[in-house]
Amino acid sequence: MLSRTAENLYWLARYIERAEYLARTIEATLRVTALPSAYVGQTNEWDSALQTAGMNFGFHAKQEIADEESVVEYIAFAPDNPSSIRNCIEAARLNARSVRTALTGEMWDTINGAWLELQSVWSNGTKSREQLARFLRFVQETSLRFDGSAYRTMLRNDAYWFSRLGLHLERADNTARILDVKYHLLLPQDEHVGGPLDYYQWTSILRSVSALTAYHWVYRETLKPWLIADLLILNDTLPRSLASCYGNLVRNLDQIGVAYGRQGAAQRHARGIRNRLEHSHIDDIFQRGLHEFIQEFIADNNRLGEIIGKQYLI
Amino acid sequence: MAVAFDEMNGLDGALRPAYEELSRWLAETPPDALEHRRAEAELLFRRIGITFAVYGEAESTERLIPFDVIPRIISGKEWSRLEAGLKQRTRAINMFLKDLYHGRDILRAGVVPDDLVFQNPAFRPEMNGQDVPHDVYVHIAGIDIVRTDPDEFYVLEDNARTPSGVSYMLENREIMMRLFPDLFARHRVAPVEKYPDELLSCLRSVAPRSASTEPTVALLTPGVYNSAFYEHSFLADKLGVELVEGRDLIVKNDEVFMRTTEGLKRVDVLYRRLDDDYIDPLTFRPDSALGVPGLMSAYMAGNITLANAVGTGIADDKAMYSYMPDIVKFYLGEEPILKNVPTWRCREAGDLAYVLDNLGDLVVKEVHGSGGYGMLIGPAATKATIEAFRDKLKREPEGFIAQPTLALSTCPTCTASGLAPRHVDLRPFVLTGSKNINVVPGGLTRVALQEGSLVVNSSQGGGTKDTWILDE
Repeated sequence: MLSRTAENLYWLARYIERAEYLARTIEATLRVTALPSAYVGQTNEWDSALQTAGMNFGFHAKQEIADEESVVEYIAFAPDNPSSIRNCIEAARLNARSVRTALTGEMWDTINGAWLELQSVWSNGTKSREQLARFLRFVQETSLRFDGSAYRTMLRNDAYWFSRLGLHLERADNTARILDVKYHLLLPQDEHVGGPLDYYQWTSILRSVSALTAYHWVYRETLKPWLIADLLILNDTLPRSLASCYGNLVRNLDQIGVAYGRQGAAQRHARGIRNRLEHSHIDDIFQRGLHEFIQEFIADNNRLGEIIGKQYLI
Repeated sequence: MAVAFDEMNGLDGALRPAYEELSRWLAETPPDALEHRRAEAELLFRRIGITFAVYGEAESTERLIPFDVIPRIISGKEWSRLEAGLKQRTRAINMFLKDLYHGRDILRAGVVPDDLVFQNPAFRPEMNGQDVPHDVYVHIAGIDIVRTDPDEFYVLEDNARTPSGVSYMLENREIMMRLFPDLFARHRVAPVEKYPDELLSCLRSVAPRSASTEPTVALLTPGVYNSAFYEHSFLADKLGVELVEGRDLIVKNDEVFMRTTEGLKRVDVLYRRLDDDYIDPLTFRPDSALGVPGLMSAYMAGNITLANAVGTGIADDKAMYSYMPDIVKFYLGEEPILKNVPTWRCREAGDLAYVLDNLGDLVVKEVHGSGGYGMLIGPAATKATIEAFRDKLKREPEGFIAQPTLALSTCPTCTASGLAPRHVDLRPFVLTGSKNINVVPGGLTRVALQEGSLVVNSSQGGGTKDTWILDE
């Protein structure tokens, strides 16, 4: 396969995954801010949304006040924000268009259809909360359809594996970013855990990665910060956990390695990260420092992206 | 202008045999059902993404070429004559190109004037004395045909560089079969879907000698912003070959390789949809970022086949066009089966005088123009435009040819006010391989959607139709 094709597939999957994550972030933030202020406290949830999206610098370079209207506009629609949902879908469609031959008809249909809808229905942004809710659902459904059609229709060859690499790398980054921004909430430092303020913030973390129900199934307990961290970091039955993403990254890289008859730095690096996750215990992670652990993970994850690029995409 | 020949209703309104079944079907089908199907077709085209970009407009304004759901029908007998003519003409074009870049018999015989070749920017001196595999220069030709009466087809233009439109021939058919299965069941329409297979075997057959027994073919596109990008990706997909851009290719030791996830892989045949000027910045335009540095030296070394060959533009030049009947006779010793539209060469004083006297009745075309740009359609032009053109002609007569305004045939077409005759042309695609020359029965019918208009180019608002060759 052409290196450029692999690269486009990889980025296509990343952009779609990112668009979905951003939509979930907005949705989770809306839920928290809709609560009476007694439950939310003094924190600015919209600033926090910008941080989990990795967009706070970009946003504040242009605007002072992060309120609902300006942040939603910036994350969802801003043409000058390279990672806005709209730009993610546009970039995904451009990637898809240049590698159409590597996509199945269903995948193209999903991404092209979404792009057309973006232009016809959503070209002026959203005016009301109802519209915004519809838009966010549209983004999530696009991602689900795209992922589902890839899963159901693609040949299991390098094209599939490279696009999965993009998806899992992006997903791991997104989960880690939420943890990084909210780690202070997860630290079991004082006895007030379980108060309404923390409770709704924790819910919002879980909602951002679509894991609220999963939490209850796994732990059958009220929300506890260290268990939330355990779920999102180490539980490989949760599709968005770091452990699950790395299980998939290792598997897909191995499949590429077998198909090409050659392994390399990317396989080794990914296996190293997975092994660390496999042999970690949440207590040790807290002991050594949750923040440091996540920061290290984010750096390692980025490094894997670079290595994959060098090994296959250039 | 005379009344145009209508392909369904002839000159006198008498239904022609090839259209009998269609006519019955049209009578049975309520107009709003047609309109409904037309809307459905448009939706399909839009979703599949069969679009073309218009230069000078933003990328987001990819346009649809309007599709007309009424097929254009050509009888088997008409087609076989057309097919023979197309093959004959393409054979002559290939011999002509070989001759121009080798012995130049035709120039010595005085059939074609020297300066028309040597002063032409489409002539590539780099190709002098250069052999190309199997002497095939034009592997893919798109020859534009018009019709003026029941018996005569005229060649309007020979496209010998990188002719496009074949994806529309194929997609139009797919969509028609989806929307009108019943109509197909009532006709015996020759299939076109073999085209990609034939193109691939044509391309493989002309691989260079240094290629392996399983030559690697790739399609070179200028990229996703090119107006014909959809066609490039469509064809690469149907052929099952890589769609490469210049940056995917690298030349090492005069061999061409593509960068893959498994390292470099040699390419033997490049179906390039990139003009000569852009393919190699070391040889042609140094500012081209689309090409591949060193491609020409690999080509000269005989390690890659370019389809079409470099320098074929000299054969589809509009000034050269007027010599095509003589070219056919010269190489084949046969009478041309397909006629040329009578053409005045403004470079010749007598012709120029006639053209200047009759500008209001003629179509004047730039010799190097394409896509309907830079033409004068005398009968439809204002006095001021005609006068402006007169100045241009006097300043640079060798840049123009002139033709009578033909009464192009019409076909029934869906319009806002119901079915109405609209002018059409036809672009069939001729494939020349090492042994065979093939024409898939069909082609791209372009239709001028404006009443009375003769301009069918997609860049000028023309539409397309499915073209049916009846298998009789």
